[in-house]
Amino acid sequence: MSTPSPSAATLRDETVAGTRGPPAAVEAAIERSRAVGAGRAGLNIFAWTDDDDARSHAAAALEQMSDTDPGLLLGVPVALKDNIATLALPTSCGSRILAGYVSPYEATVVRKLREAGAIPFGKTNMDEFAMGSSTEYSAYGPTRNPLAHDRVPGGSSGGSAAAVAAGIVPIALGSETGGSVRQPAAFCGIVGVKPTYGRVSRFGLVAFASSLDQIGVFGATVDDAARGLRVIAGYDWLDSTSAELDVPEYHEAGAGAVKGMVIGRPTEYFPESLDPRISARCDAALERLRALGAEIRDVSLPHTEMAIPVYYIVAPAEASSNLARFDGVRYGLRIEGDGLRGMYEATRSQGFGAEVTRRILLGTYVLSAGYYDAYYRKAQQVRTLIAADFSRVFASGVDVLFTPTAPTTAFPIGAISDPYEMYLSDIFTVTANLAGVPAMSQPIGRVDGLPVGGQFIAAHFDEMKMFTAAYALERALGAEARA
Amino acid sequence: MPISIDDVSHIATLARLGLSDERAAAVVGELNTILGHMDALSTVNTEGVQEAIGVGARGTPVRSDSGPPLPLARALAAFAPSLRDGFLLVPRLSSHESVDDA
Repeated sequence: MSTPSPSAATLRDETVAGTRGPPAAVEAAIERSRAVGAGRAGLNIFAWTDDDDARSHAAAALEQMSDTDPGLLLGVPVALKDNIATLALPTSCGSRILAGYVSPYEATVVRKLREAGAIPFGKTNMDEFAMGSSTEYSAYGPTRNPLAHDRVPGGSSGGSAAAVAAGIVPIALGSETGGSVRQPAAFCGIVGVKPTYGRVSRFGLVAFASSLDQIGVFGATVDDAARGLRVIAGYDWLDSTSAELDVPEYHEAGAGAVKGMVIGRPTEYFPESLDPRISARCDAALERLRALGAEIRDVSLPHTEMAIPVYYIVAPAEASSNLARFDGVRYGLRIEGDGLRGMYEATRSQGFGAEVTRRILLGTYVLSAGYYDAYYRKAQQVRTLIAADFSRVFASGVDVLFTPTAPTTAFPIGAISDPYEMYLSDIFTVTANLAGVPAMSQPIGRVDGLPVGGQFIAAHFDEMKMFTAAYALERALGAEARA
Repeated sequence: MPISIDDVSHIATLARLGLSDERAAAVVGELNTILGHMDALSTVNTEGVQEAIGVGARGTPVRSDSGPPLPLARALAAFAPSLRDGFLLVPRLSSHESVDDA
């Protein structure tokens, strides 16, 4: 009988105590995958799996059991999004253009996971090149939400979210450009963290929009996510945007209290058009925090409504540049055409899906002569104002903000065909990416049986405050968070 | 001013994307709808506002842009679509002779 994975802390403690070894943890994850139907014909959680690869990582973790200071994730299987470079399994970004491509180097986060005793476990399905909010735009087909199989898991890191929600692994890595960890965490009823820009090395993360991209962590609980972030965070010479700052013990934030903490409720994140049931869940969560001694303060982030237009100019512009490298010359798919240009065009047209093509064209347009000032430059100026909104609020004494993570719960597969309507799924998450601040989503209850996510946002490198509030809210809500 | 089919053809060429006539026509409508929503930005007064550069970045030391090349776990030949004598092969530009004549 398959059961959901124990927590990361339990797995590690049992490994250290010798009551459960890494091989047993891997076999349990493999069995759970089979039991929940994680394969292509079922939930379609993974793009690539190799049980023997996972077993070899478990054997390596076994070697660390005698270490005097065992790693924080010793014996913990961790699933990886298909855009994070691994040496054995392919890294294909959910795209035909990189189908079967195996990286010649390993992402820094994967190395750090292995050094902490974790067991890399499969590459998870995703929207192609992380462009999407539902994990429907994958060359390998849509991933299904483990809690409601006819619905999306959110995206673009939907496979990683589903792997945790299905109880296969307690931790998974995703990537965030505009909410691709937090929104699927909300849709799947788990915890998802986007760290501060610079907190985690992106070496080995396939680039989408470089001024926004950040590797994030999913956890079944706040503690799982905190442990995952603690392991992967920190300076890396190989990523010039990574910050050379000390990494706090995020998993010790649970000992903190929210008494005296000032929690901002930004009015722009609670518009009249918001589903009143989602709004009510958020306000109930805020009441719990107030009861614990936090001060709840109404605040304003006046440029919030401009975040979607800014994001969908800046991100496609950067994507059009980053994805220029996929041209059939050095790696990945090559389709022969008429000469060099014909090869470029045939490869890219047949290799990229519709949404990626749309965003490359959009990005190319807003950067092209005659339109740069009206779109890209203007968007970067408004981005400054969005970031300034956050700076002003945090400078006024607000410790963290609390908002809904998404305007809806998980929607049915195939329900949204209009690209802009899909973009609006990110309306409450893109702001943190544009400002570079950390944010996280956690379950705060259900509407019609589907999970609702609440989002904490903190100032740059203030993840500890965010985790302190998240641990406290998780404890206060108890079983209500998933009811 | 709305995007035209000629604009789409132009940016597809810049982006090295081959589009069928049918797809190009569909893209015209899609991009015009998306860009219509972007026009909201024109209502924001940005006079004197700097463009965003490195939002909130700190702790990122300036370092020398040097160092040993990263050792690769597998050779170029393992993943390059076409390779000869350590060089990546590509089709010749149309202004050059056929590669078969080389």
